[in-house]
Amino acid sequence: MTTMAHAPTHLSEAASRSKVAIWWFLASEIMLFGGLIASFVISRLGGGAQVDHSQLNVLVAAVNTFILLSSSYTMVEAFACAARGDRRGMRMFLAFTVLGGLAFLGIKAYEYTGEILHGFTPWAGTFWSFYYTMTGLHALHVAIGVIANAALCVGARLGTERPYRVEVAGLYWHFVDIVWIFLFPLVYLS
Amino acid sequence: MTMTATAPHEHHEAAGFFRTYLYSTDHKMIAKQYLLLGLIMAVVGGFLSYAMRWQLAWPDTEVPGFGFVGPETFNVLVTNHGTIMVFFVAMPILLGSFGNFLIPLMIGARDMAFPRLNALSFWLLALGSTVLCVSFFVPGGAAPAGWTGYPPLSAKAEYTGVNWGLNLWLLAHAIEFAAFLLGGVNFLTTVVTMRAPGMTMGRLPLVIWQQVAAATLFLLSVGPLIAGAVMLLMDRLVGTGFFIPERGGEPLLWQHLFWFFGHPEVYVVLLPALGAALEVYPVFSRKPVFGYRWIIWATICAGALSFIVWAHHMFVSGMDPRLAMPFSITTILISVPFALTVFAMVASLYRGSISFELPMLWGLGFLAMFTTGGLTGIFLGSAPADIYLNSTYFVVAHFHYTLISAVIFGGYAGIYYWFPKMFGRMLGTRLGQLHFWSTLVFFNLTFFPLHWIGIAGMVRRIANPLQYEMVAPHQWINVFSTLSLLGLVASQLVFFLNFFLSQFRGRPAPANPWNATTLEWTAPSPPPHGNWGASMPAVERWPYEYSAPGADRDWVGQRAPTVEALLRGEGRA
Ligand SMILES: [Cu+2]
Repeated sequence: MTTMAHAPTHLSEAASRSKVAIWWFLASEIMLFGGLIASFVISRLGGGAQVDHSQLNVLVAAVNTFILLSSSYTMVEAFACAARGDRRGMRMFLAFTVLGGLAFLGIKAYEYTGEILHGFTPWAGTFWSFYYTMTGLHALHVAIGVIANAALCVGARLGTERPYRVEVAGLYWHFVDIVWIFLFPLVYLS
Repeated sequence: MTMTATAPHEHHEAAGFFRTYLYSTDHKMIAKQYLLLGLIMAVVGGFLSYAMRWQLAWPDTEVPGFGFVGPETFNVLVTNHGTIMVFFVAMPILLGSFGNFLIPLMIGARDMAFPRLNALSFWLLALGSTVLCVSFFVPGGAAPAGWTGYPPLSAKAEYTGVNWGLNLWLLAHAIEFAAFLLGGVNFLTTVVTMRAPGMTMGRLPLVIWQQVAAATLFLLSVGPLIAGAVMLLMDRLVGTGFFIPERGGEPLLWQHLFWFFGHPEVYVVLLPALGAALEVYPVFSRKPVFGYRWIIWATICAGALSFIVWAHHMFVSGMDPRLAMPFSITTILISVPFALTVFAMVASLYRGSISFELPMLWGLGFLAMFTTGGLTGIFLGSAPADIYLNSTYFVVAHFHYTLISAVIFGGYAGIYYWFPKMFGRMLGTRLGQLHFWSTLVFFNLTFFPLHWIGIAGMVRRIANPLQYEMVAPHQWINVFSTLSLLGLVASQLVFFLNFFLSQFRGRPAPANPWNATTLEWTAPSPPPHGNWGASMPAVERWPYEYSAPGADRDWVGQRAPTVEALLRGEGRA
């Protein structure tokens, strides 16, 4: 079976296709997290899902926020390297991004463990139901991003031959980051 | 057909069975796969409705070919009939099949933007359909909590006695949503980035506009329901308390999330059917579509409004009654763009030289039935009338008029119209005539009387109407409706017969049997892999150039003679 008919003729064509696709995909993701966050906010305003903030580890979460934001920066650098064909630089910055993602997940797991040991399980109340579902779904997205970035890091040719792949992975990674920027104040500070 | 000889991709003929029919990335084969899957699931969904209607007409008697129904099984039938018909029949056929087949062919592309992702979408849907069918055979049986899956009934296994059936039902939805999310991204990317030279958005055929609108609505509305489904599954499996009052949860939250998606979802199904009808009218009235731009803007307005009408499904749910007024107003408002579209459709037909070929018959049937369903929607959209009518068979009649007008009448308009392009043969007309007229008659006989029994007070989801004093005297309506349904089902057997006979015995179709203007009719019937051989089309005018003054025949195609001619500006009308 030949691929003639659908092999993109130009790199720019493939790049614009991938970028249009990721934006549409992210639009639906915004609605996914939007629906979840709106449900949380509404149940909060309705008097449910209340929590005593001393039960949450705000400091650890703030450190985690910083780590995730930094990994967004290294992702930008990785794309800049890919765009000018610097394979070594791209690999290095992708590796930092992956490490940042893994650190975020590790710290989140540490937080979960502490909370569960104190009896704050997903069924300990509406707040905790929302807490675990929202941060868990976000962590799942982080894990998927880590896998994608690690794949681009290991198979570096994927990225330098087609820099738009790094750009697309980057758009996704920034999105995951932005979701956290909404979750952090809503869950830990409000 | 000789065009393929010069094509750079003729070798695919040698591809084996597996690559040609199963793991194919060709958008036309994937469209056929969606069509076949949709038709198979329609048989399943239709069989469930037969068992359900039999139970309503002759309660607690053995249903021939099915067995004893009773209240528990009735709930399973109601739930899965709805789920299958909306998610596994209407969407695969109207969006999956039509969208895949038409988008590349009508915008002048060789395939979709991501052909392998396209195949993945289809196989995910096939997996989802399988999961749903398997759910009938797990211990405890299939999901019984209604196609809307309202908690608390759906939130704990103890409430229904069904554990895995309902979990699998949720899983089947999750897979279906993933399939159509990927498919929708593919549709939109293809239309945005792969149009032929000269194919501006203002020259896009209306059916493609409608597919784009449908895919956009789906992408933007399904997120909150996925969130809701995750929460419901957490309630069932992990023990969270989102929707369970005794754990501090709020069952109404689910209804908001479900209907935020549910109303746009109606348009996801309706718009492609509307688009198919809009392609059929100009061809069989030899007249340009009236109000091309108005129809596009009406679609966009209706799509936007569809995100702020959802609570009209919840007037009696116990939500804050102050919400009823604003949602009534938005609901009445949304009928404005649709009324405009219907008027544009009528105006498109007005004083045309109409020929009543089969696609046109179905197209006209769509218009008549959809208008009927739309009119009863006005009753239900206003809160005072809805407080009386809600959850009765009046609602059942209403949404079957709107959905069947779309899925059956609009769907058949499309199938009869594009069958020659899809399969290279004409559908038989004699069986086709029988199919159309018997479907039209039996459909109305089945569903129109349900308005009356609904007004008389028969509510939905009851397994035995004879147990209710105010309904029992009207039992003849149930019997009449069920007998008519048997006729409706038999009429569809005529279609299946015609469909398969015409594959082998149908008259070979020429490239453009209907003298239509859009690009798909410039490819051979059926189009080869890559659609146009070596020379790709370019476009020089809008899609509805019929009976133009000064032209030497009554249609002028969208396709420019050559790309060079287009660039030089030749061949303009
Ligand atoms: Cu609605």
